[in-house]
Amino acid sequence: MKFNKAIKNLFIVLFSTLLISACSTAKKAQVDTVDDVYTGTDTVEFLAKGVPDRIFFATNKSKLTTASRDTLRKQATWMRKNKDVTVTVEGHADERGTREYNLALGERRANAAKDYLMTYGVSGKRISVISYGKERPVNPANSPLAWSQNRRSVTVKAN
Amino acid sequence: MKKIFFALVLSLFTLQNAYGLITVDITRGNLDPLPIAVSPLHVDSKSEKISSFETSTLGEEISKIVEKNFKSTGLFNPLKKDSFVQKPDIAHLKPRFEDWRLIKAQALVTGKLLIIDKKLKVEFRLWDLTAAKEMIALSFTTTPNNWRRVAHIISDKIYERLTGETGYFDTRIAYVSETGPKNRRVKKLALMDQDGFNTKYLTLGNELVLTPRFNPTNQLVTYLSYFKNMPRVYLLDIETGVQEVVGNFPGMTFAPRFSPDGKKIIMSFAKDGNSDIYSMDLETRVVEQITKHPSIDTSPSYSPDGKYITFNSDRSGLQQIYVMRSDGTQVKRITHGSGLYGTPVWSPRGDLIAFTKVRKGRFYIGVMRSDGTGERLLTENFYQEAPSWSPNGRVLIFYRETKSDSKGKGFSAKLWSIDITGYNERRLKTETDASDPSWSSVLSK
Repeated sequence: MKFNKAIKNLFIVLFSTLLISACSTAKKAQVDTVDDVYTGTDTVEFLAKGVPDRIFFATNKSKLTTASRDTLRKQATWMRKNKDVTVTVEGHADERGTREYNLALGERRANAAKDYLMTYGVSGKRISVISYGKERPVNPANSPLAWSQNRRSVTVKAN
Repeated sequence: MKKIFFALVLSLFTLQNAYGLITVDITRGNLDPLPIAVSPLHVDSKSEKISSFETSTLGEEISKIVEKNFKSTGLFNPLKKDSFVQKPDIAHLKPRFEDWRLIKAQALVTGKLLIIDKKLKVEFRLWDLTAAKEMIALSFTTTPNNWRRVAHIISDKIYERLTGETGYFDTRIAYVSETGPKNRRVKKLALMDQDGFNTKYLTLGNELVLTPRFNPTNQLVTYLSYFKNMPRVYLLDIETGVQEVVGNFPGMTFAPRFSPDGKKIIMSFAKDGNSDIYSMDLETRVVEQITKHPSIDTSPSYSPDGKYITFNSDRSGLQQIYVMRSDGTQVKRITHGSGLYGTPVWSPRGDLIAFTKVRKGRFYIGVMRSDGTGERLLTENFYQEAPSWSPNGRVLIFYRETKSDSKGKGFSAKLWSIDITGYNERRLKTETDASDPSWSSVLSK
């Protein structure tokens, strides 16, 4: 009997943990974008410890957010420390726009990142840019969350 | 593509007075398509055997292609052959009009073919069954392997005679073939006949390619290639396969199109985050900057007389459509409706501009007059864009993508067409998924 009760309690504990975690993922999805800009960490990779490789944008925009500038400053610091590193900044758009406009938009986003890196002391010669428009989504789903993850510029080590 | 595929010997046997004969009005959606009987072409018994295909059924096959072309317009209703009463050879000489009227046909196509000395000789006639008169009689000679084009040329001539507009069946579509998962798409340049046959792949899929566009004589295609990870506008000779980069730009060039005389390519060049419109003369290699504005300027398209350019810009803050003189002066915004506008393409007739509109998360293909008035949205969907005109300016081809699930499954990209009347929306069959279509001009012009 006692054993059974223990199992029962265990189930209750397990079940409530599941409930709580379900709640927390639901909540997390809600706060993953702020003003149309992705703020989560799901797709983010790292150039070095504490140096995220990508920043995110609002629909049709190439303006850097406070969080993006923070990320780019970390990238700049890392590049200043590793003087032989060169990078390519890849600009991307979500799939909810026309192909040609998105190519231009991706280029504008990549350059926004490049300009900021240069402001923080990285030589432009060490940074090349390329736009992929909507051609290389990181998340292939059709959802506002996926689109927000796809509106990005990614700094990739080139050497 | 050979300059002259056909030793096209068009001989008009008779020229009837057109007065009072049947016509098909294509200016509105046709709810009452013209009943037309396409008799199988009679195959002359003296015809030589050809190893690459069956000669005896060739007349039947050609008539089926003609029927399929007619059906695709939505303007004609090809009648079932099992109701036909007269033999093809006799009907071709002189149809018994009352027999054909009995099956409710209003027009009749007859013909015959002969393969001799390795040449395919075709003649055909169009009959007005109500007036009991011949409307066209034409004959031509070509190589037997061109038999599908024979059917398309017959279709064009009949369409022209009945609608008063030039046909668009003897044409090709250049497009981007797509395979593989959504986040790792393999894209190749592809070419097919307007009806989906004779597909050829022009690139191998090693690098990303986008937005192919024909030159006016259909021998060249300009497109965007990510060869060596440097996105640049390229020029490809379809027949020789020779490719070259267009110009020597220190950055991405994209959104190319030919000028109506084929002498220039107009495109966007992106530098330091700003895209402007440039043109390059293919002969002199002289590059000209046409727009100079800190916003995005892209998707340029010339008017058919070459005097104006319509393009896409976000200089107002959001994507809108503009028109300017081809030297870049007199820039005027022409779209003011709610929503975003992109991919303007000038009609070959000059009267309309086709576009993509994005509003409240839905995508529309539409047309408007070149001053931006008279906007008509033809079709709405989850995602569609990039219209390209049929050479007679009556039909638009574009691509449409479907929604995918959380893993990207269920995604597809297909080619669709719609009449500018807003009727007759249909999907074009392609061997693979497809996008970025470009409609050629008529090959046998």
